[in-house]
Amino acid sequence: MCLAIPVRIVSLDPGQMATVEIEGIRKQVSVALIDDPQPGDYILLHVGYALHKLSEEEALRTLDMMAEAGLIAEELAGEEGVA
Amino acid sequence: MKYIEEFRSRELASGIARAIAQEADPARTYNFMEFCGGHTHAIFRYGVQDLMPSNVHFVHGPGCPVCILPIRRLDDAIELAERHGAILCSYADMMRVPGSGRRSLLRARADGADVRMVYSTLDALEIARANPDREVVFLAIGFETTTPPTAMAIETARTEGLTNFSVFVNHVLTPAAIRHILDAPEIDPEQAVRLDGFLGPSHVSSVIGSRPYEFLARTYGKPVVIAGFEPLDVMQSTLMLIRQVNEGRVDVENEYSRVVTREGNVKAQALVDRLFEVRDDFEWRGLGSVPASAIRLRDEYAAFDAERRFALTPKQSREAKSCECPAILRGVKKPADCKLFGNGCTPENPVGSCMVSSEGACAAYWTYRRAETLAEIARRKQAA
Repeated sequence: MCLAIPVRIVSLDPGQMATVEIEGIRKQVSVALIDDPQPGDYILLHVGYALHKLSEEEALRTLDMMAEAGLIAEELAGEEGVA
Repeated sequence: MKYIEEFRSRELASGIARAIAQEADPARTYNFMEFCGGHTHAIFRYGVQDLMPSNVHFVHGPGCPVCILPIRRLDDAIELAERHGAILCSYADMMRVPGSGRRSLLRARADGADVRMVYSTLDALEIARANPDREVVFLAIGFETTTPPTAMAIETARTEGLTNFSVFVNHVLTPAAIRHILDAPEIDPEQAVRLDGFLGPSHVSSVIGSRPYEFLARTYGKPVVIAGFEPLDVMQSTLMLIRQVNEGRVDVENEYSRVVTREGNVKAQALVDRLFEVRDDFEWRGLGSVPASAIRLRDEYAAFDAERRFALTPKQSREAKSCECPAILRGVKKPADCKLFGNGCTPENPVGSCMVSSEGACAAYWTYRRAETLAEIARRKQAA
């Protein structure tokens, strides 16, 4: 029910609507619930409405944090002599 | 950046799994509740549990809106379509949930009621525009994620003067339910579940922000990590919870920072506040009556409130006998503890709501753990 997917805004349409692209398919959704939607923005789409913009900067930071967890684990394993 | 594939990387997953295996203290157990059905689904679909050491457990919470809707409210929705002649619009998830006497919306439709499945409240508005001489009721269910789209539809109906559109409001509030679960041990020590922390909801939090969970850390001393729905998000958040527990820290952390901020979606919150007020209490399936855990339309919007627009008859709605959905929703029982699992209750022919919704615990076990669960049930039967 709370499932929502990231989609990209292709164009802004009248009536606080926007055309988005989901895996090559275009669809019209409401952007009335978010501030300042722009073509090219990735938004979280839920039951036909954009709920939030996604931040690329934060996404990259999270991916870095995940990679780091693996690296620390590897180092620790090395120290303990566990292969 | 597509925001999906990157968070399903096998390589990153194995790195995080190694970190968890190293950092989880073998001398203790970790019980983390994932409140959201979306997390339950991710844990099973991607085999996240299998990547955890045996002392790290996920306790499935009641965050499945379809599952927690009490049968009486569903019976009321069926009544709106059958007795009051309304076109009842519902999200797909609700269609197959059995009400009293195992009657679902789908069944009511087969019997002649005008029930329509919609993807969005935008579709429900379209149906109201196309049928000006009919009453059109939207069956609104869901947590804080789904409330702003309902509010937007009501606001649009008001602006357009769509007087044949109303909403049967069943929106519920996440923080109140978590509080209730944590208070439950005091109410009934038999049912106490020791929880070491919470995986916080993904999309509920995109709307309400991380701030509403701060009381969990402050008042209840429980760590919270708001987690995205992708498998790597769940794993990384679990690692963050393990670290908090190990270090004796109690914080609200946000792993899903690409979407969730501390303040949330302020525009959506303002809209919801303008239209809705908190109910004194609301009945949850499994949890019973939970104070201040749901919302209803304010008096200024009474014309759009199906509960006030139609005289619903009082009814004696009943849970199906032997169905363990209520205990499963509280996290005190697992699907293998239910006599009906696979024995009269399947997704094709469900008895309880937990088997219907893809976010329900029974449906997740059925889809991803069927053989093990049925074998476990058979073993217990033999032992008994």
